[in-house]
Amino acid sequence: MKFWISAAVLLAAATASALLVKNEYFFFAAYTVLMFVVLATAWNILGGYAGYVNFGTPAFFGLGAYTAAVLFKAFALPLVLQILAAAAMSGLLGLAAGLLTLRLRGIFFAIATIALVVIMETLFINWRYAGGATGLQLLRPPPTAPFESYIKMLFVLMGVMAVGAVALARWIERSWIGRGLRAIRDNEEAAECSGVPTLRLKVFACVLSGALMGAAGAPMPMYLSFIEPASTFNLNYAIGALASPMIGGTAHYLGPVIGALLLSSLQQLVTVTISSEMNVLIVGVLLVVFVVLAPDGIVGLLRKWTKRFSR
Amino acid sequence: MDQALLKVKSVSKQFGGFTALDNVSIEIARGERFGLIGPNGSGKTTLINCVSGSLRNDAGSIEFDGEEVSRLPAFQRTRRGIARSFQIPRPFTSMTVLENLVVPLEYVVHRRSLHKADTRGEAMALLQDMGLADKADTQANRLSQVELRKMELARAMAARPRLLISDEAMAGLSSNEVAEVLEILFKLNATGITIIMIEHIMQAVMRFSQRVICLDAGRIICEGAPQDIVRNADVQKAYLGA
Repeated sequence: MKFWISAAVLLAAATASALLVKNEYFFFAAYTVLMFVVLATAWNILGGYAGYVNFGTPAFFGLGAYTAAVLFKAFALPLVLQILAAAAMSGLLGLAAGLLTLRLRGIFFAIATIALVVIMETLFINWRYAGGATGLQLLRPPPTAPFESYIKMLFVLMGVMAVGAVALARWIERSWIGRGLRAIRDNEEAAECSGVPTLRLKVFACVLSGALMGAAGAPMPMYLSFIEPASTFNLNYAIGALASPMIGGTAHYLGPVIGALLLSSLQQLVTVTISSEMNVLIVGVLLVVFVVLAPDGIVGLLRKWTKRFSR
Repeated sequence: MDQALLKVKSVSKQFGGFTALDNVSIEIARGERFGLIGPNGSGKTTLINCVSGSLRNDAGSIEFDGEEVSRLPAFQRTRRGIARSFQIPRPFTSMTVLENLVVPLEYVVHRRSLHKADTRGEAMALLQDMGLADKADTQANRLSQVELRKMELARAMAARPRLLISDEAMAGLSSNEVAEVLEILFKLNATGITIIMIEHIMQAVMRFSQRVICLDAGRIICEGAPQDIVRNADVQKAYLGA
C-alpha cells in the first residue's frame, strides 16, 4: 500500500510540474533519467535477480525504438500503441535470444548478448525503409491535451512506465518467481534439483526484461524526432542499464531506481557543465568504486548501517 | 504393483574418451536402504547425477516408479519424487535457511495451490525435525559444515521425495555428527522413504545399508549384504590396490 501511495504521489507531482513549470530543458533531461530507471529495472530482472549479466540492452532498446519509428512511418500509429508493439517485438527477441543463449552460463551468456547488439545494428543499417545508416527524420504530431509540449508529455509518459516497471519488478521479487530466480543465481544445479524449472524461468525473465527495454526505447524516435542505428544501438545504454543496479544494489527493486536516478542525473549534470565525454568516465569510475567497496550497492550499504544502528 | 522403485538398466556415460559408467544396472526396492560405495572416480556421483537428471546418460534407461525418466530435465524428476543432496553443499547463499526450504515447497509440493499453502510453517516444521529450528533466520552462508549438511537434507526432504539420494552427506563431519546424520536418515527411512547413500565412511554405510553395491572404474564389481561386501576380494583390491 505504501508503495502505491508513494508512486501515485510521485506521478502526480511529476504531472503537476510538467503542467506548471515553464523550463523545457529540465523535462528533456529528466526524461532520460526516467528512461534509465526503466532500463535499469528491466536489466535487473535478469541480471540482478537471476545473475545473468546481459550486455544486450541496446539490442532490445533499439528494436523497440525502431519498431515504434517504422510503425509511425507506415501507419502513423498513436504513441501508446507504438509502445505496446515495441514491447511485444522486444519481448519476442528476448524469447528467441533466451532460448538460444540461456543454456550458456556466466561469461558465455554475456558474450552472446554483445553479439546480439551487433546483429541488430547491422540489420537496421541495411534496412532502407527504416532509414538505413543515415537515419530517419520523423515529424512529431501535436501533443495531447493538457500538455502544451511534446517533451513534457513524454516525460510524464516515461514516469508512468517507470512506475509500472518498478511495480512489476517488485511483484516478481516478492513472489515465488523471484525466489526461483534467486535460487538460480545462487546455485543453478541445486535450484533445478529443488524443482525450479531453470530454463523456463530464465527465458521468462529474459522476455520480460527485453519487453520493458523495448518499451523504454519506443518513445525515443519521437523524443529526438529522429532515429539512426549508431546512436540507437549504442553500448552506453548497456553500460547505464548495468551500472545503475550495480551501484544501487541488485537485490532490492529500489536498487536500480536509486542507481539510475543518481547516475543519470549526475551524467546529465556533467554533460551540461563539463563535457559529454566526461560522463562516460564517471560511470566507469563509479562502477569500479562500487564493485570493489560496496558490492551490494547503496541499498546494501543502507541495510548494513541500519542494522548497526538498531543494535 | 512393481516392487522396484528405481530401475537403472544398462546405463553408460562417457566424458569424451573416458568411460565413467559402463553398462550399469541396479534395481532398488521401495523402502530400501541402499549403499553405493567405490573408490574416488569410480562413477558413484556420475551415476546419481544421471538418476537425478544433472547429467544425461548416453545409453540405457532409468525407470522411476515404472516411468522412463532418463530424458526428463532434473526439475521434472524432482517433481516425480527424486531428491538429492550434494557432495559439496550447494546452499542458496542469498537466502535464509528457512527460505532455502521454501524453494522446493513452492516449486514442487504446492506449485498448484500456492496461495493456500503455509510454506513457511511447513519449512519450520521440517527444520525442527532436523534440529535446525534455531537457525531458521540465519543466512545460509553462515552455517557450519554439519548444519549445511543437515540443511541440504532438509531441503531435499521439503520436496517430499520417495527416493532420497544422499551424496556423501557425512564427508568432513566428526564421529558424533556422523551419528547424528545417520539417525536422521534412519528416521526418514522409517517413514517409508527409499534412500540411496553414497559414502566413504565405511562404518556409516555398513551400519545403514541393507544392500551395498561397489563400483570401480564405472562397473559394478560386487553386490550384496554389507558384511559380504567388506570381505569381497575385488572390493578390497579396488580400495587397497592389488
